[in-house]
Amino acid sequence: MRTTERLQALAAFVVKEARHILRDRQTLTILLLLPLAQVVLFGFAIRTDVNDIRLAVVDPVPDAQSLALRARFLGNHRFRVVATVPTTDALDPVFRRGEADVALVIAPGLADAIAGGEPARIQLITDASSPNTGTTMQTYAGLIIQSWQSGLVGARGGVRIEPAVRMRFNPTLESVNLFVPGLIALVLTLVSALMTAISLSREKERGTLEVLLVSPLRPWQIIVGKVAPYLLLAFANVATALLAAKLVFGVPFKGSLVLLLAASTLYALVGLAIGTLVAAITSSQRTAMMGALLSTMLPSTLLSGMIFPVASMPLPLRIISNVVPARWFIVVVRGIMLKGAGVAHLWQELAILCVMLFVLLVAATRSFKERLA
Amino acid sequence: MTSAIEVRGLTRRFGDFTAVDAITVDVGEGEVFGFLGANGAGKTTAIKMLIGLLEPTAGSARVAGFDILTRSEDVRRNIGYMSQRFSLYDDLTVRENITLYGGIYGLTDAEIRDRGDEMLDALGLHGVRKSRVGTLPLGWKQKLAFSVALVHRPKVVFLDEPTGGVDPVTRRQFWEMIYAAAARGTTVFATTHYMDEAEYCDRLSIMVDGRIAALGTPQALKAQFDSPSIDEVFVRLARPSAAGAA
Repeated sequence: MRTTERLQALAAFVVKEARHILRDRQTLTILLLLPLAQVVLFGFAIRTDVNDIRLAVVDPVPDAQSLALRARFLGNHRFRVVATVPTTDALDPVFRRGEADVALVIAPGLADAIAGGEPARIQLITDASSPNTGTTMQTYAGLIIQSWQSGLVGARGGVRIEPAVRMRFNPTLESVNLFVPGLIALVLTLVSALMTAISLSREKERGTLEVLLVSPLRPWQIIVGKVAPYLLLAFANVATALLAAKLVFGVPFKGSLVLLLAASTLYALVGLAIGTLVAAITSSQRTAMMGALLSTMLPSTLLSGMIFPVASMPLPLRIISNVVPARWFIVVVRGIMLKGAGVAHLWQELAILCVMLFVLLVAATRSFKERLA
Repeated sequence: MTSAIEVRGLTRRFGDFTAVDAITVDVGEGEVFGFLGANGAGKTTAIKMLIGLLEPTAGSARVAGFDILTRSEDVRRNIGYMSQRFSLYDDLTVRENITLYGGIYGLTDAEIRDRGDEMLDALGLHGVRKSRVGTLPLGWKQKLAFSVALVHRPKVVFLDEPTGGVDPVTRRQFWEMIYAAAARGTTVFATTHYMDEAEYCDRLSIMVDGRIAALGTPQALKAQFDSPSIDEVFVRLARPSAAGAA
């Protein structure tokens, strides 16, 4: 067939797909509102940053300096002093009863130690039963001590090297900043993988796919035709998520929007290839939907580093997380949005996604041909 | 007479099971050919090979003058197909379905418009051209699906149980459409489970266990098997024990 005819056939098919999508108003509305709802819900509900940290203080022999340090904590909006006990031993029941999250332990003689130029002995004890929150609380407390420390030195005009524990890129530790990239990945996965799987398996179930395969349309044209309108929808979703993140939470956007959209296209294509593969393998719409959910949504949420940092996963899961496309895409989006990183820094992740796309496309086209016959 | 379909020793095996066992048959241009057989006799497998959905294990075939193995692209462009499952899109309108298939087969916009009008006139569906196909009665849908399968004027059209679940009046009208297509030179290759429809065919074959057990005009077959109707010919061939007991 001539190229123009091929393109025309493809165009007719794309128009048909667009009509399917536009005609199903309910699904379309849900898909368009989804990123908005997700950003808002995740942003407000599942935050790992902690406000209202309950602080227990152990200060057996208060002096001017220890009181100044305690004042720093009292003055911070995140901390609330719930108990002041004389000894470290007395802390145990407080933690056991879950009444405090963090304890600040000041050794006797703080003012003397500072005056004598000796190291100040201050200890932070954190309830780490929830490790991520624990780390965050510890970091907050550490920041306050640091700022107190640097204030001290400033007053005496001395020079002192500050330990570099500043939280770069996300100085206020706003978890919403870290969530939004994950949400973009999630929405794209949903629209691309899930919707393609459903719409392809619907054609399979109803027998229309057979008719399409008997027509001059080639399998790749059918796949491209399916994918193109959803890609457009995916773009709209990325835009919505970014806008919601910016307007509702003031999430910064430091990098190139073009690069982000390009990366999103790449990632959406990976999802679409997965969706095609799932539809080719499964035999009904329902199985395809469950298959797509299982193979994309779960790993994208749990193994991608979106909620649980990859670094804190057990080794087997860390290895598995390498084949989860979202894991790499989230690094890219975070890099672009929060660090303003460019291709020079992100090419490895992008290359990995390209390889994944290639492998999946080959597998999808192949299984498409074999399974439908 | 030139052949629109030439099948030579076409075979398909699934593991140890031979679904289609070296069938050989010729169908002439403009012929209405009935491809009969009990469920599981291998009809659908044979059709799938002819329309390029399944590769043969052995043998060869030419459809519309093109080898199905080496010229599958040309085969696709020159055949129409209507499956036993309804092949139009319920959520698209009558007109949109016509436009879609016209576009897929590379017709120009003008061709699509003209042939679409013609089709709607012939079917009397002008009034519902903007209605979604899903809202139409089944009989209308089947006739529309057949017309759409012919929109690119294929040389051969394959119909896989096209009249399943349709009332007798509509079935009659459907066969009138089939004759009209054949009169315009389109070869019709149809499977059916209705034996009265089989009588309408120019020639027919009856498949039993992957082989063609009988082939000829309805009259010749009835004479050959000494039966008053194709129905009885079919039962004798497909279920010899049952016929013997009757």
